Amino acid sequence: MSVTAIATVPYQGMTSRRLLAAYAMEARSECLRYFRAPGFLLPVTLFPTMFYLLFGIVMNHNADANTARYLLASYGVFGVMSPGLFGFGVSLAMERENGLLTLKRAMPMPPGAYLLGKMVMAMLAAAIVMLLLLALGIGLAHVQLGVSQALVFIVTGMLGVLPFCALGMLVGTLVKGQGAPGVINLIYLPMSFLSGLWIPLSALPQALQRIAPIWPSAHLQQLALGSLGMGQSPAWPHLLVLLAYGVGFFLLAARRLRRVG
Amino acid sequence: MNPSVAVVASLSGVVKRYGALTALDGLDLMLHRGELLALLGPNGAGKSTAISLLLGLIRADAGRVELFGQDPQAIDARRRIGVMLQSAFLPSTLTVSELLRLTMSYYPAPRSLAESAEMAGVSDLLSRRYAALSGGQQRRVQFALALCGRPELLFLDEPTVGMDIDARQKLWAAIRRLTAEGCAVVLTTHYLEEAEALAQRVVVLGKGRVLSQGSVDELRAHVAVTRIRCISDLDVHALAQWPHISRAERDGTHLLLHSDAPERVLRRLLDADPLLSELEVRRAGLVEAFTELTRESAAEKEAA
Repeated sequence: MSVTAIATVPYQGMTSRRLLAAYAMEARSECLRYFRAPGFLLPVTLFPTMFYLLFGIVMNHNADANTARYLLASYGVFGVMSPGLFGFGVSLAMERENGLLTLKRAMPMPPGAYLLGKMVMAMLAAAIVMLLLLALGIGLAHVQLGVSQALVFIVTGMLGVLPFCALGMLVGTLVKGQGAPGVINLIYLPMSFLSGLWIPLSALPQALQRIAPIWPSAHLQQLALGSLGMGQSPAWPHLLVLLAYGVGFFLLAARRLRRVG
Repeated sequence: MNPSVAVVASLSGVVKRYGALTALDGLDLMLHRGELLALLGPNGAGKSTAISLLLGLIRADAGRVELFGQDPQAIDARRRIGVMLQSAFLPSTLTVSELLRLTMSYYPAPRSLAESAEMAGVSDLLSRRYAALSGGQQRRVQFALALCGRPELLFLDEPTVGMDIDARQKLWAAIRRLTAEGCAVVLTTHYLEEAEALAQRVVVLGKGRVLSQGSVDELRAHVAVTRIRCISDLDVHALAQWPHISRAERDGTHLLLHSDAPERVLRRLLDADPLLSELEVRRAGLVEAFTELTRESAAEKEAA
């Protein structure tokens, strides 16, 4: 290009092709960036697989086929929550503090590309977690699954991560920087326990069983069980609840992000 | 000032408060095409607030902010600017070329990767991860990201902090090349020699208002002081009584005089001491002018 371009060429808008490419580039960069960071990928993938291996497989090695399925679904939900909560919440909290978000807002990044990029990243991380758990479940716990069941299970995880992305985003807008991982863990671990992901709900006290429907993870667990052919109720109420949670958290977070930055 | 020169960005009568603190108090500022404007001022003068307003990061409480005739939050306006912020963190696991390609994708007609890298002097770093770079190299990468979109207006916030002299000179050369192409630049810096070397216009802010603006020479003229240094055995106390000498000191064999009319003082000085030697005459630089201006504003405030 000639060096006189600025002065002579009038400003032209973005073509829709370039705009689309910008969204794709943002998502690609976000994925590359986190998948190259062992500090993010290792805890997110190893934590749930290790939990599943120890408590879902080793401690239940005599389990019948239904228990094995139930455990796979529960630990799947536990595994999927973390890329959403941590991938979104912690990274947003950090980037609000270290100035990356400010720079991105000053640059002409297309609207929403930042959040979409993180969403794609969290969905991919969720798929990886689900694949690892499936491999353990089928290989070691002898869970019998058809190909389509396995695929639906993975897709459930990839979409199921989204309400937790929104919750993570809300936390990320409320807490700044280093405080975020602690706050996220305070939500992640109790919520997992209270929605019966570690110990089946039926083994928990009555009071806890009764409040379980408050937690989004309890609804995702029902969907995950359904994907493995163990659904106890129709899927759509759970889908609606998760959708409502996702949209609600997102709107709150977006409002706060616009106001506070 | 030439009214036909296109205005690329402006603040008019802008007020911005943070709680009880008034960061900008009716600020007027205009940026013209191809102009390099240095924004100077002590900490808390309102430089960052002014830049944040122009970038659409914050909203003004009163007054008007325009970027290419639009609201700075309009993305079409921001597609014509490049940004290098002072505290800039970039994803550490991405390589320099990945960072450049990502930033280029935001713009309608960016420079090529090779051209951007060459202009910022990072061609040899393209395959390196950002985290593996030194502070000065990271700064150069940030500069590459700022210019890669072929911006018409470039914001450089303390661009050469952490750079060695050689890197700084190269960055200055690149900035001059950009302004020669018609790109306007807003520069904030603590290094006054940087403003002196680059700026066509200098705006000094203090307490959220413009204290002074003009060319470097005009700003210097604000402080009408010239320093005269020489070896002479004239009596300092007698010299201090001469007209147009505001200060006279002795430093060993040397005399140091401050004058607002150096030509007259010099003529008389050379007559008075034919043996005078090692004469040096130097006008006050931007540093002295800046110190003088901001000191005045501080004194004004105390008096008020």
